[in-house]
Amino acid sequence: MTLALTVGALTAGAVHLLLQRDLLRVVLGAVLLSHAVNLLLFASGGVLRRDEPLGADLDPATTADPLPQAFVLTAIVIAFAITIYLLVLAVTGRRQDVDGSDDDGREEAA
Amino acid sequence: MTPDALPLLVAVPLVAAGVALLPVRGGTGARALLMTLLTANLAAAVALVAATRDSSVLVHQVGGWDAGIAIPLAADALSALVMTVAALLTLACSAFALASGTGRLRLFPPFVLVLTAGVNGALLTADLFNLFVFIEVMLLPSYGLLVLARERRGTDASVRGSRLYVVFNLVVSTVLLAGVALTYGVTGTVNLAALAGAATDDPVVAAAVGMCLVALAMKAAVVPVHGWLARAYPSTSPAVTALFSGLHTKVAIYAIYRVYAVVFEGDQRYLWIGLLVFSATMVVGVLGAAGEQRMRSVLAFHMVSQIGYILLGVALFTPAGLTAGIFYLLHHMVVKASLFLSTGAIETRYGTDVLDDLRPRVRREPVLAAAFGVAALSLAGLPPFSGFVAKLSLVMAALDAGQVAVVVAALAVSLVTLLSMLKLVNAVFAPPLVSGAAAPVPVRADDRPAGDGTAGGAARGTARGDGGDGSGGGVGVATRTATARTSEVTWTRRSRAALAAPAVALAAVTVVLGLGAQGLLDLAGVAADGLLDTTTYVTAVTGR
Repeated sequence: MTLALTVGALTAGAVHLLLQRDLLRVVLGAVLLSHAVNLLLFASGGVLRRDEPLGADLDPATTADPLPQAFVLTAIVIAFAITIYLLVLAVTGRRQDVDGSDDDGREEAA
Repeated sequence: MTPDALPLLVAVPLVAAGVALLPVRGGTGARALLMTLLTANLAAAVALVAATRDSSVLVHQVGGWDAGIAIPLAADALSALVMTVAALLTLACSAFALASGTGRLRLFPPFVLVLTAGVNGALLTADLFNLFVFIEVMLLPSYGLLVLARERRGTDASVRGSRLYVVFNLVVSTVLLAGVALTYGVTGTVNLAALAGAATDDPVVAAAVGMCLVALAMKAAVVPVHGWLARAYPSTSPAVTALFSGLHTKVAIYAIYRVYAVVFEGDQRYLWIGLLVFSATMVVGVLGAAGEQRMRSVLAFHMVSQIGYILLGVALFTPAGLTAGIFYLLHHMVVKASLFLSTGAIETRYGTDVLDDLRPRVRREPVLAAAFGVAALSLAGLPPFSGFVAKLSLVMAALDAGQVAVVVAALAVSLVTLLSMLKLVNAVFAPPLVSGAAAPVPVRADDRPAGDGTAGGAARGTARGDGGDGSGGGVGVATRTATARTSEVTWTRRSRAALAAPAVALAAVTVVLGLGAQGLLDLAGVAADGLLDTTTYVTAVTGR
């Protein structure tokens, strides 16, 4: 239940931040969202078995499921790569946060 | 082709991408490597079609682990067909990119190779989590292409497009991942074959896998969530838009077909959702297209509309419906790329894709006009082109299933499609013949949109494979200098032919598919059978 509440709180924060204008806040929202989903992945392996899956003699009844841990590890690096790229975009397109000039897309062809 | 060769379809492009990154002066080697590998990729995909046309399924368990533990790579008729068409498009669009200047970016060959690896992987994998990973492998080089492709560095427009595209795709990928997590939580596996039929028995599994389907539908730009595509796709260079048009959304469509067929086993209870949403996609997409004023925006909205048509095939889930949907998918990938390439050639030559600006400037372009005309009529679904076969079989399938409202929508949408295609033809490809009308204004060298010129920008251009070579064949790049700015771009015969050839080749494919549709319809039928009865696929992947 604690995990569900945490995932819920993180998702709520993510949605709030994703709807902001400033791209930096949007990036933070995306980070929160990927945190939430990583926790969800952990939860999918069962929450009651807490022992780390390391060592020779493992008891399947108490050892945590290693597969979701591998999923999370993969997802973390993917999200990390995209976050870095988004942060660069947040800097290069900074002006668009402020003036919000848009939007018929014709000014570039003017 | 043996099953054990399947990992090569992913591994070879990845290794080649690494090789293409080596800092060799000139970059000719990387471009030659790119074109060689894309040709080999096409040949391998054709071999895969030949190996799966008897509805057999090739499976390779990566790493030689037991089935169910290893990541399975599986190829059946559907994945082989989609891979073939995707390979053809990548080849044609890369040829166009090389002719139009985008391909001379130093990072272009490695990016396209990684993209190819991601597409092949996403089409072959039979595992939900690895589908997510391969979709990311496909998306990350796309982000690079999207922002770099316009004039070798980000412009305001392409940065704006990228910000939208990257944020959207990150959020949707996270939703897909959440779906995968929930699926693993309730079933204990993410292997597609092990999940076969799981969603029909248990609504909780249906909800979990349904979340994956929703995420995939968002990636395919289905209507409530289509605005990102119409905004992001036109923001980059014409070659990259054409390349993306056949890959990202179409891989999502493929995954929707696969997941609904295997995990839901075509459950009739949820089909009404698809019929509703995909019909709305057809209508809203085409209305958006009719209202646009730029060539590529029109085509992007048309893409949304056609995605509705394609997905109708899975929402009917009858033998005829699936065959029609798969045929429509393959036909549409070719036609859309051809349209983006012929308008892209115009945009590369005349520097803008705004219809009002183009109208007085475009001179007679008979070759491009012919290619565009053929593809446009095919898109609208007129005989004797492949679009007619696709629409006819889809409408017949919908009638068989008793979905009259869907049929009416599909036919009405075709009319509006034709209307907005004629708008493009009028503005660009058929300049006024009356002598009193405005004569075409000579094209000036400063045909780059304001803000794109390197002179005004503070940012440094990305390194190019080779500089403007000073000849007129350099696609206007050589005319960048201040003195040349006022002179007219000279176009050699060769550069014109190289720009037009990819569009013409793909337009020829749609004619061939229209006149000789039976061959592809048979193959689509084999693929549809594989979706209707997934036993062969499931047995092959689970190894039992």
